[in-house]
Amino acid sequence: MNEPEARIMISDLTMAYGSFVLMRDLNFIINRGDIFIIMGGSGCGKSTLMKIMIGLKTPASGQVFYGDVSFWETDSLEQERIMRRIGILYQNGALWSSMTLAENVALPLEQYTDLSSSDIMDIVLLKLALVGLSGFHDYYPSEISGGMRKRAGLARAIALDPDIVFFDEPSAGLDPVSAKRLDDLILELRESLGATVVIVTHELASIFAIGNNSVFLDPETKTMIAGGDPKKLLAESEDPRVRSFLTRGKEGSQTK
Amino acid sequence: MNEERDTENRFGRLDFKQSDDTIIIKLSGVWKIGAKIPSFNKAKNRLESKSGIQCIAFDASDLTGWDSALLIFLLKIHELCYQCRIYMEMEGLPRGVQRLLDLASAVPGAEGAGKESVSVSFFERVGTSAIDLSKSAVEIVDFIGDASLSFIGLFRGKSGFRWSELFLIIQETGVQALPIVSLISLLVGLILAFVSAMQLMMFGAQIYVASLVGIAMVRVMGAIMTGIIMAGRTGAAFAAQLGTMQVNEEIDALKTLGISPMEFLVLPRIIALVLMMPLLCLYADLMGILGGLIVGVVMLDLNVVEYYNQTVATVRLNDLWIGLFQSSVFGILVALSGCLMGMKCRGSAAAVGDAATSAVVTGIISIVVATAIITVMCNTLGI
Repeated sequence: MNEPEARIMISDLTMAYGSFVLMRDLNFIINRGDIFIIMGGSGCGKSTLMKIMIGLKTPASGQVFYGDVSFWETDSLEQERIMRRIGILYQNGALWSSMTLAENVALPLEQYTDLSSSDIMDIVLLKLALVGLSGFHDYYPSEISGGMRKRAGLARAIALDPDIVFFDEPSAGLDPVSAKRLDDLILELRESLGATVVIVTHELASIFAIGNNSVFLDPETKTMIAGGDPKKLLAESEDPRVRSFLTRGKEGSQTK
Repeated sequence: MNEERDTENRFGRLDFKQSDDTIIIKLSGVWKIGAKIPSFNKAKNRLESKSGIQCIAFDASDLTGWDSALLIFLLKIHELCYQCRIYMEMEGLPRGVQRLLDLASAVPGAEGAGKESVSVSFFERVGTSAIDLSKSAVEIVDFIGDASLSFIGLFRGKSGFRWSELFLIIQETGVQALPIVSLISLLVGLILAFVSAMQLMMFGAQIYVASLVGIAMVRVMGAIMTGIIMAGRTGAAFAAQLGTMQVNEEIDALKTLGISPMEFLVLPRIIALVLMMPLLCLYADLMGILGGLIVGVVMLDLNVVEYYNQTVATVRLNDLWIGLFQSSVFGILVALSGCLMGMKCRGSAAAVGDAATSAVVTGIISIVVATAIITVMCNTLGI
């Protein structure tokens, strides 16, 4: 059996705001095709870690490798090339409010391709259909529900058929049915696009339903204390903090 | 009689009974917020005066009502027991009180969670302010540099924004500002004419009202009033729009797509305002002169043609150019301050409000400073 191919590698990463260190010594690998969960309690630095991985925040030290390329040490052209292969779904969708859903999804295509406007429109309608928003292309973000905004954000994130898709708290603010639909959608898109998926979340239902690899960030020790398949972690981890998190505080010690 | 009973019922009572090393606190009456209840200090003094106490127990058999007031009192007793290493037996308390006390003391206060009040010396405050000031100066220069580079990129045929967005902003900053510009400029013209008329009438020189209003509006007031209106209206709107986009991660979404927010968002706003400000200024000049004309015709019995001829004869073309030049400068300043404050905005809805306020204040201050500089320059150059 072939070894899984490393897609993203985090090496000795330290995250800080000024002199306040949020997390240190982070080391983990995300393999191609993984649905990788970055988990941990609120405020432990999950979203900051994602921001460092997608080039929005500079790490205090350490490296983020995409393949063999160190993102924070390479030149801006190479960074742009990496970013071109990444799709991101932000926590609230982050749709551009002055544009319709179609314009939102079209913008990355206009930016990075030389396709004609009719071809772009075809792709836009396809992506919106994939996320279950057929017929909503003329709507503005303010005219649709929170769940629909997330799905539209996902349509924009996959507009350029990215190799890696990042999700920041995809289930946050959604009812259980919508959250389940979004989880199913993530799984379907992973299968059909073959993309690597990185999800920042603390929603246990999503973690167990779709994750096959993970890292657990602990705010007490300010570093990662566990990693691997979340279901295996639940079954095998003996760390009380991990058990407490994965069992909703029923087992292990509830940290402050 | 009922009133007397009510008053009695609004009292909480506290009695102490000691047996060996245990003190029993008897709670009776109503222990509710707003009711007259014994102070904790009274209980504390009584407890501290007794020596050799190992346990505190409660008797709540005569307690007729309780709420958070009782819980607060009991939590203080609990804290006192903890400090004096006395066991607190809660069995005698109502079941609900016991459960709430357990809940309140279940999670200990997080270490270091409280904010420390650090006293900062005068010199440290001055130093910190100076450092902050220099940082914000660097930010401003950085922002202006980025905006200039984006503008230069535009001439190289690399427009990073959508033209439809530019036309929309032009419409918002131009056409939609006409009503407020009309009203304010007309009134400014009226006020200028009215104030000057009072003086000039004494010398029978009413006709010079036309000259005064014409020169004042065309050279300075038209540009300044338009600038201030646009700082309050459009500058604040730019800051709020960009600030909200910042808070909603829309700007992050642009950055991760490799789209420069400076080119996509800031540049069209600057261009729109720079294009619209001279036009609005020209319109404000005309409205101001119209205001003066109304006073001239209604109050001073001047003829419309007479007023027009006097205005044309006095106002030079140079005055018009200077006014239009000033308005372009104000356009850049208002757009830059609005966009800078919006892009600097971080965190919350309150930050968006702060950004809008700062944009207006910065816009107006920069307009006044720029007017002073341009006036001195014109004076030096003799134009």
